[in-house]
Amino acid sequence: MHISYFLCSIKEYMKVYIRSAGNISPQHSLDTDSFFLSRLTTSNNYFKSEEPDYDSFIDSKMIRRMSRIVKMGVAAAMTCLKNAQVENPSAIITATAYGCLEDSSSFLRRMIEFDEKLLSPTAFIQSTHNTVGAQIALLLKCHNYNNTIVHRALSFENALTESILLLQEGTGPVLAGAVDEITDDSHTILSRFGLYRKIDNHLGNIDGEGAAFFLLDKDPGEKPLAILKGLQILYNPENTVAIQNSVLGFLKENETTMDQVGFVLTSHTGIKRQDEQDNELMNLLFEGKNYFPFKSLCGDYPTASGFALWMGAVMLKEQMAPFWMEHGPKFPLKNILIHHHSGNSHHSFFLISAN
Amino acid sequence: MKFLQSVHSGELPVAEVKFTNKELAAISELSSKLPRTALLSSIAAYEALLDAGWDKSFSPRTGFISANTVGGMDKTENFFNLFSKNSSAGKLADVVNHECGTVTELVADHLGIRHFVSTVSTACSSSANAIFTGARMIRAGLLDFALVGGADALTRFTLNGFNTLMILDKELCKPFDENRSGLNLGEGAAYLLIVSENGLKQLGKKPYAVISGYANANDAFHQTASSPEGTGSYLAMKQALNNAGLQPGEIDYINLHGTGTQNNDIAEGTAIRLLFDPSFPKMSSTKAYTGHTLGASGAVEAVYSILAIQQGIIFPNLRLQTPMKEFPFKPVTGFLRNQNIRRVMSNSFGFGGNCTSLIFSAA
Repeated sequence: MHISYFLCSIKEYMKVYIRSAGNISPQHSLDTDSFFLSRLTTSNNYFKSEEPDYDSFIDSKMIRRMSRIVKMGVAAAMTCLKNAQVENPSAIITATAYGCLEDSSSFLRRMIEFDEKLLSPTAFIQSTHNTVGAQIALLLKCHNYNNTIVHRALSFENALTESILLLQEGTGPVLAGAVDEITDDSHTILSRFGLYRKIDNHLGNIDGEGAAFFLLDKDPGEKPLAILKGLQILYNPENTVAIQNSVLGFLKENETTMDQVGFVLTSHTGIKRQDEQDNELMNLLFEGKNYFPFKSLCGDYPTASGFALWMGAVMLKEQMAPFWMEHGPKFPLKNILIHHHSGNSHHSFFLISAN
Repeated sequence: MKFLQSVHSGELPVAEVKFTNKELAAISELSSKLPRTALLSSIAAYEALLDAGWDKSFSPRTGFISANTVGGMDKTENFFNLFSKNSSAGKLADVVNHECGTVTELVADHLGIRHFVSTVSTACSSSANAIFTGARMIRAGLLDFALVGGADALTRFTLNGFNTLMILDKELCKPFDENRSGLNLGEGAAYLLIVSENGLKQLGKKPYAVISGYANANDAFHQTASSPEGTGSYLAMKQALNNAGLQPGEIDYINLHGTGTQNNDIAEGTAIRLLFDPSFPKMSSTKAYTGHTLGASGAVEAVYSILAIQQGIIFPNLRLQTPMKEFPFKPVTGFLRNQNIRRVMSNSFGFGGNCTSLIFSAA
């Protein structure tokens, strides 16, 4: 039986460095020190980003027209570039599962309310899925490669695959990011699907959002955060054993043993039904390993793997765990494995290691 | 406008696929309750596989990379009709396929492709980007077969969106005409099966054409308007030529983006003049036949480009009466046969400054 999996292998002679990152999330993630010092929690069933004062990132004339997803995305991208002291990337690749929901909803509502008459174009203009990538290019006056991937819980993974291929072809550095927003309408609708916790305790799934951008390069630059060693994508794997086998194959391909993986970031959500597979994998593959459910920090959304990659990368860079983390890894820490999944249909594994 | 329910039905011409959702569902063997884009996508994608003679028993390294711009928006509109008045109203079945990626997966699942599945959305250049994404993955040795292209159905959302921008022609569109006054929207789906050497052996067929170059550049000028000098268009065309290792003089035909808006045609033409002057290849916009099919247009026009190579034909730029006074060239106005067309450039430019050029060559 064929096990369906897709491995974007990074060629032996090439290393993919995560040179820098910028992350706006429900945590204090724009500033790594604050993130390590204190953890934010929510008693709601949604977890919105801690947004900065955007004036320091974006021209105030442009801010007025931007929805939250665009502001978050642009500010995360600018932070990322600033951290690496790079003015213009050779490529900008944006991943978003839902796209610009606020502007889509707003245009839809007005279209229905006013019976398709007397509509203003602003919301429509900003509603297209490539708005975040386009606004970054516009702000940077960057004429280089620009693409947007919109593939559910594999959007960011597919964007990284493209980034790795561009680097292999000699295009770089690549600015790649994951961005999605919560809106009143999206939260109401997704809640009706029964996705989120109903009672105020810390168990159960919460709606999430965020924008995480990374500068990927073949050259380490100064003080890179980490190395992206491997990426594996699984769509509709048959069962947990199929996942297990492909993870083992993936690690082998990257010449890493399970013993060398010092920490795992998992997608546990707190929903029993959804976490069955995570628990099974913990038992089958990661037994005895320290792990942390990253969605408890950023909420659950299809491009949350952007948050996880940021968190893993800064832990490797700083060689420490956040102070509030109870069962953190042992240091020095060489390798982190991230398991991102949404339901049983979309899985991905990232192997990142310390530089 | 026969199938799309809109208050603008009498006043705005659109190019519709002349089947109801029920009829499309019967052809595609999918449920008629699914987004129309999924139905269109599935039919064209299956046709491409069938035409190539692809079989599930071939290399499992088959990918499906599809583009669309508004996913299941047609159904979301139904949902919002009720939801916007009462937040507990509206059928969830109408929003469950809202995401662009879901539309792609409905089709991938139906075709039995799961090794690599992805969705690109960069407005009107979406499917051109999907095409070269597949080409890149094959070049890199990650796939043996890549089914690439895009689909978009007409929706009230896009119709009204373009209408607010005042770039829809109330008559039939006249791309590259001095008196052009906008575009007509269309709907459709188109796919190509692109293959590696290994894949080609398994098919045992001669290919229609080769993808010999591609490039993606950004205009970085305005969210919806092209720069007057067509910077992004110029860079995309120039870099696609570099990528293919070709000189401008080696292009035999350009399938223009040519939407018929004031802004696109002047920007695209200016970029072409800069790149090709003084000897211009034959060129035409085929949007007068299909309408602007948005996320599908890059793939629809890739098919026109490949037909040009394979059958030696060029479809004329319809309704061109007064060529644009700014340019020393004019698009082809009569149907041409028996042409020796070896290399074709196909342009797709979109909102957000996304500009893509593809180059197809004779196999």
